[in-house]
Amino acid sequence: MDRYTVRRLKDRLFTLLGAACVVIAVIPLGSILLEVIVKGAPALSWAFLTTSSLPSPTSPGGIGPAIQGTLVMVGLTSLFGIPIGVMSGIYLAEYGNNRYADAMRLFSDVLTEFPSIIAGITIYLVFVLVFGYSPLAGALALSFILIPIVSRTTEESIKLVPNSIREGSSALGIRKWRATVSIVLRAARSGLITGSLLAVARVAGETAPLLFTAFGDTYYLHSLNGPAGSLTMYIFTDWKQPYSGYQQAAWGAALVLILIVLAINIAVRLASWERRMGRR
Amino acid sequence: MRLSRFRGDDAFKLVAAALAASVLVILLLMGYTLLRSSVPVLERFGLYFFTGTKWNSAAGHEIYGALPYMLGTLVTSAIALIIGVPISLGIAIFLSEMSPRRIRIPISNLVELLAAVPSVIYGLWGFFVFRFFLADYIEAPLSAYLGWIPVFSGPVLGVDVLAAGCILSIMIIPTVSSVSREVISAVPNSVREGAYSIGATRWEVTRNWVLSYARSGLFGAVILGLGRAVGETIAVSMVIGNAVGPQALPTSLLKPGQTMSSLILNLFFEATPGTYEFSAILGVGLFLMILAFSINILARLMVTRVLKVKGGAVE
Repeated sequence: MDRYTVRRLKDRLFTLLGAACVVIAVIPLGSILLEVIVKGAPALSWAFLTTSSLPSPTSPGGIGPAIQGTLVMVGLTSLFGIPIGVMSGIYLAEYGNNRYADAMRLFSDVLTEFPSIIAGITIYLVFVLVFGYSPLAGALALSFILIPIVSRTTEESIKLVPNSIREGSSALGIRKWRATVSIVLRAARSGLITGSLLAVARVAGETAPLLFTAFGDTYYLHSLNGPAGSLTMYIFTDWKQPYSGYQQAAWGAALVLILIVLAINIAVRLASWERRMGRR
Repeated sequence: MRLSRFRGDDAFKLVAAALAASVLVILLLMGYTLLRSSVPVLERFGLYFFTGTKWNSAAGHEIYGALPYMLGTLVTSAIALIIGVPISLGIAIFLSEMSPRRIRIPISNLVELLAAVPSVIYGLWGFFVFRFFLADYIEAPLSAYLGWIPVFSGPVLGVDVLAAGCILSIMIIPTVSSVSREVISAVPNSVREGAYSIGATRWEVTRNWVLSYARSGLFGAVILGLGRAVGETIAVSMVIGNAVGPQALPTSLLKPGQTMSSLILNLFFEATPGTYEFSAILGVGLFLMILAFSINILARLMVTRVLKVKGGAVE
């Protein structure tokens, strides 16, 4: 073989290796989805989704309170976190050409990848020790994770709004803050929605911060005082029980959780993909 | 300019600027509370807390050393990088340089879905599914043929340091591969064109020009993966076996271990606030925070520097 053939073969070989890496990474994803569906589906029933009955050694009980807790805490988190994140993103995008904004951008990025357990301990120390476990504490801890993500995605999507829109509104004599809120934000709305949805999907899957703040509970919430359950904590408390009913309950809850999280992710990705295709 | 107009704009900017500082406030709050709570253990045990291995909360015999858990975090993250980084770089190179253009977006979306799977589900899958694969096909041969080396000795259970490292390696793939891909696509096309024009093959262009141009950004991507591995709690605690004390020193891949984050999770609810044990657990939290903070700052600085070049040179 001459040297050119060897080089060509090497090129082919590394292309194949690259493709193999993709396959290796997709296998665990496939396996996780498959196992969660196969092991979780038998647990699913109307009673499993809506009642608060405890698992027994043979039957999976119900995850109604866990679903309720997840919805309540994720809802509260969005309520606290999204406005703060969006305002912070507006600052970074519209006024962010200075060192202060550079520093905040860096801190946002750092906080996005921060160990979420730290958020849990911090809220435990400053909030739970005083007021006790509650879904509010859980939502506070989750908003530590949500705010930086929403802030950065808001910034990215506002920056995509063409400057001509800002210039046009300024020419009409609209004040900058009015223009930002009612014109620029509206133009950036699809990016804002997808960013917030991805952040919500991320916090819905968090376990560690909630264990320290909401603690977990098997009853329906009636007020914002006292412990609250969530799907993630439900899985985390049931998986190590040596009874098939408990394990089935854990897999059933995992199936519900992964359906919620993946549905949001896939919907967002498909939407942004279609937009990109449409623009072309 | 009318005064009212000036005020409205100014107030809006001020409020936005203040809310932008929320991330800094959160970081400071975390740092301050953890530091304040870990002072007692640092004062009482001093250097031993960093270098000691014993962990005993019995009254009168209290002693707390965090070394095994720091090493546990180090070793599991190292395994995660050793397995995860080559795969992630392979994916990034394949998707940005070699694959047909049509399949790039769908495949990168598929890989990024790995990041969407909640960590408690990784733990569940790791304990009930992956564990048996690991024990039967990897640990059994390792222990049969290399068991005489201390690093590979121990029971073949699939609930150990190696299992935690493997799960972590899967969890860092989406982070490392997507950031690497971004960094590689930031390499100016003129670099590629120059290399092709002297007759290099696609792989040679990638290896000798593109990768060396993107080197520092790729390093940043790897460090970012390290940050993710260091902080992961739930999945690790479900597959690592949770040893405490000198037992937790990661002397063998096949022995149960403990990382800083899994230790916090496991012992937190057994400790009473105000005791030395509680303070020791929070001291471990403080280390974890300092480690994660430095890793992430370093990684971001390296990645942004590379991506900024794109703004200046290409667009």
